This record gives sequence, structure tokens and C-alpha cells, in this order.
Amino acid sequence: MNVGESFNMAITAIMSNKLRSSLTLLGIIIGVMTIIAMQSLITGLRNSVHEELSQLGSNVFQVQKYPAIGEGNREKYRNRKDLTVEHADAVRRLATAAELVGAEVWHFGREIRYQDKKTNPNMVIAGATPEFLVNNGFTLADGRFVTEQDVNFNRRVCILGLEPVNVLFPYDDPIGKDVKIEGERFRVVGVLEEMGSFLGGSRDNRIVIPISRFELLYGSERSINITVKAKSPELFETCRDQTIGILRAVRKVPPGEENDFEIWTSDQLMEFFDNMTRVVKIVAVAIASIALVVAGVGIMNIMLVSVTERTREIGIRKSIGAKRRDILWQFLIEAIVLSEIGGIIGIFIGLGIGKLVEVLTPVPADVPAWTVVLGLVFCSTVGLIFGVGPATKAARMDPIEALRYE
Amino acid sequence: MLIELHDIEKIYEIGTVQVPALKGINITVNKNEYVAIMGPSGSGKSTLMNIVGCLDTPSDGIYMLNDNNVSDMSDDELAEIRNREIGFVFQTFNLLPRASALHNVELPLIYNGTPAAKRRKQAEEALERVGLADRMHHKPNELSGGQRQRVAIARALVNSPSIILADEPTGNLDSRTGEEIMEIFEDLHDSGNTIILVTHEEYIAEHSDRIIRLRDGMVERDEAVMERSA
Repeated sequence: MNVGESFNMAITAIMSNKLRSSLTLLGIIIGVMTIIAMQSLITGLRNSVHEELSQLGSNVFQVQKYPAIGEGNREKYRNRKDLTVEHADAVRRLATAAELVGAEVWHFGREIRYQDKKTNPNMVIAGATPEFLVNNGFTLADGRFVTEQDVNFNRRVCILGLEPVNVLFPYDDPIGKDVKIEGERFRVVGVLEEMGSFLGGSRDNRIVIPISRFELLYGSERSINITVKAKSPELFETCRDQTIGILRAVRKVPPGEENDFEIWTSDQLMEFFDNMTRVVKIVAVAIASIALVVAGVGIMNIMLVSVTERTREIGIRKSIGAKRRDILWQFLIEAIVLSEIGGIIGIFIGLGIGKLVEVLTPVPADVPAWTVVLGLVFCSTVGLIFGVGPATKAARMDPIEALRYE
Repeated sequence: MLIELHDIEKIYEIGTVQVPALKGINITVNKNEYVAIMGPSGSGKSTLMNIVGCLDTPSDGIYMLNDNNVSDMSDDELAEIRNREIGFVFQTFNLLPRASALHNVELPLIYNGTPAAKRRKQAEEALERVGLADRMHHKPNELSGGQRQRVAIARALVNSPSIILADEPTGNLDSRTGEEIMEIFEDLHDSGNTIILVTHEEYIAEHSDRIIRLRDGMVERDEAVMERSA
């Protein structure tokens, strides 16, 4: 007897007990649904984080006073010396493996005005050196970026992101116009390319001004970030070592003591994020596995009932020539088909939940094909493991006894 | 010789007690014989039928079916023999309730791996032979008792077995329908089939050519039927 016949028999048997079958399937559906939905959201989240991080120019690392990812104890870092423009200058002057060394500093939640119009108070003001554009992976849509002269002469010039442009200059060309930041007039010299949003937050609300003017505007007692782009991927590590050496020297860190600054790359951040989501994934898989085991016990139970109910059928089949393995396969395939049906329903509901979350929240959904395959393999395994017992029971029945069963 | 039973014994162990059901049965049946096995309840006729039908093996003795010694075959070997050599017709029909008549008749062919198209054709032919060409797609509960038994007969002969083994085939039918069924057996016999009929009704047994009477696990009488009453 072939698998196709067993499959047909399984479908017939499952369909003739629809309510019972569907109740049995609930566990499997919930288990698979959990795996697919979690996987979909985590993968979606991960992909957008990776996309965001890869916005950073390639071969770029950042130097900051505080670690990029909060490690709880900020006390430890607070007493460190601030990073300053002079430190960035030293790296720029001395690191031979560096192509571009930029200094940048940020101020969040400001509003800017043009004539009688004003933006929401959620603009992000960046003080920057010319390297900012490349090191951060930004692109100009129009005009020019901050130049060395702008920085040297503390010029009041600015480059606008798409959002302030749309609000302040719905009909006009912004280039050459004067906007007001903190009451000071800044000449718009450039416009940034549209950058879209990340996890629901706009990335087009940025305004870049020369770092020197930024420090005059907001004071210079805040730590800056230094962005360093290595000359090539091969020189990345050298460049990092040079930067560490230079900064330790200018910041007078005694030998043997740890760095009083943090260096991070986008790869490190991705790795950190991946580690974090891995834990979530493991927990989700664990929960789903428990659900599937419970579901498996349910399937086993229903299959045992089914075998007993169909004792006579088994007797008939055996009397006309069914071998043990024919009966074994019949019930095994029935258990597998049953859990597989649950698996397929679970996958669709899981995908649906992912899509729903995507529509309702900024978290995107993305289901890798291997998750679906894994889900189905998982279901087959559950069906197989929990089907073996009942199927063996059926296969071992004595045909005479089975035929006599009422 | 189609069937040779030599000193067949069957002993059931119920707890520690040994209950002998058959005590040395010697029977031979030739091809195209029509044999009835009779006996009161407890005479061992069910046990004998199970052994002849290869559903069970004897405790002692030798059973040669078509020159194969089936007395000590394994479960799966017996299943194969049943599939190839034996067509059962039961008192309670024993059809699969959820399957159509056609599928029920196809069943033995499924287990010997006959390809689907051939299987269907053979099953249709068997159903035509028992006069159910127009009922092929009905389920058992849509058929009358007589029609169900015809489906069972079609299933028994679809594989062209060596023996058709009928266990009280008219027991659940009214006498008119019972006669119809017996006519089918006669037709089958006339066209060369070997039929073994287990019954306790004298008038049913008289359809056969030879009656073997059992009592207390032994053959009491084994004689030819002189005159057909039907």
C-alpha cells in the first residue's frame, strides 16, 4: 500500500470527525502560530535595525563618552572627561589609516521658524564637521553641506532635512532663505535627501549646522561624538588602534588603565541586538515547544480513542490482507496529517498576526521561509512521535478479536 | 488438493485452564468443492473457520493450503495469504461504513498494490457480477442487507481467491434475501470457485455438495449431499 492511499484514508477519517479533529488541532495551531508570529516580528525588527545601522557609512566607527548601549551604571562613565573637537582634530591629524574624521554633537527636540511658520518642537539639531555627511551615510538632495570654512568662521548656515523643508517651505525653494534656530538667523545652504522612518520615528527631522556655531549656540560643555572612516576595510583595525592610541595620549590615560571612552561599530551594535533577540527567540521557541508537546499528547489521546473506535475496521482490513505495517502507516499518517493541518492553519494565523502588527505598529513583519519549513517539520515530528503509540497498538491487534469487537 | 488439514488441534488457555477447541481434525477439500461446515455452538466450527481462513494458526497439526504450509506462518505472511487465497463473507457483512461500495470492494486490491485504474476496473466487474452495477457509489448505510452482503461477496471474489469462506452469510437476512444470496454462491460454484460455508441452518447447508458436521472439536460426520433441495 502506498502513502497516497494512506493519505486519502487519513483525510476521510479526519473529516468524519470534524469537531473532534479541530479541537485536537487547537494546541498545534497555537504552538505553530506563536513560533511564526514571534519569528516574523523579531526578524522584521532585526531587519529594520540592521538597515538603520547600515545607514552609517561603511568602514566607520564611532567614539563616544558613554557606551552606545546602556549598561545600567552610568555613574562609572559620568566622571570621564568629555570628548571635544580638539580630540577629533588630533585624530584627524595623526591617524594615518583614517580617511575621514568627523566631529558631531546632537541636540534633540527643538523647533525652528521661518517667517510666520514654525516646525513641531521635535527637530534634531546636529553640530557637524564636513565629514559628517559621508560618515553618517547621509546624502544631499540640493545645495551644499557644511564646509571647513563654515566651521572655521562659525558661519550661521544650515542644511535641512525633508520634514522642516516641507513645513517651512511648502512652495518655495529653501536654499538661500534664512530660518531661525533658537532665535538666531541661519542661511539654508543645502537640503538632505529623504531618509524615511525607522520604527515609526522620522529620520527627516534633522537640521545640520557647523559644529563651531553649535557650540556657540548651546555651549561647549557637552561631549561630542567622533566618527572615523578607515581608508579601507583592511585598515579598519589599524585605524581603530591608532584612534585608541591617539585618544589615550591626548586624554592622558595612564598605561594599564582602561580607555576612558567607548568605541563601537555598527557590526557590534547588530551583534548586540542579535544576541538580545536570540534570547527572546529561545523563550518563544520554548513556549511554543511546550504548547506543541501538550498538543502532541492531545493528538495521542484522540488517536487512541480513534484506534479503539475503529477496532472493527482494523479487523476488517486485516482479514482482507492488511499487514501490520499497512495499519501502522495508516494511523501514523493520520496523526501526521492531523498535526500538519494544524501546522498549516497555525502558519497562516501567525503570518496574519505579523501582518496585523505591521499595520497597527511601526514594527515590520518578515517571515523567513525556513521558519515555515521548520514549523511544518516540527508538526510532522509531533505527529510522528505521538502517533507511534496508538498506531502500534492498532497494528498489533489480533484480527479475530478485532472482528468480534462491538 | 486445495486444503489439507492433518490432525489440527487448537487449545485455548484461559488463565491456567487449557480448553481444547479442536481435537485432531482431518479434512481435505478439493478445488471447486462446495462444502458446508455445521455444528452446534461450542462444536469448534468458528475456530476451524478461523484456522482455515488463516486468521489463526493451529496449536498442533499441519495445514497445507495450495501446497503452502500455513500452520506456522507469521502474522504478516498470513495477511498475505488471506489477501491472495481467501475471500471472506461474514454474517455481519463487515463493510467499512464510511466507504462507498466500490471502495469497499477495492480494499483487498489496495493491500496487494494493484494500480488504481486496474483496481477500479476489477472492483466494478466484481460488483457487476453480483448485480450491483447501479449501486457502486452508495455507502453501506444506503444499501439493504442483501445488497450489503452482495458488496461483501464482490469484495471476497475481487482478488480471484482460491477459497470463498462464508461464515453464516444469511444469518442477518430474511429468508427470501437469504435465498438470493445462496443463488449467488451457487453461480460462483458453477463458475469454478471453491466455497466453504459455515452455518447451523440445515436448509442453507443443503445448498452445498458436502456437509462436514462437527461436535466437541471433532468431525462427527463428513458426507456428500445426495440430492439438492434448491
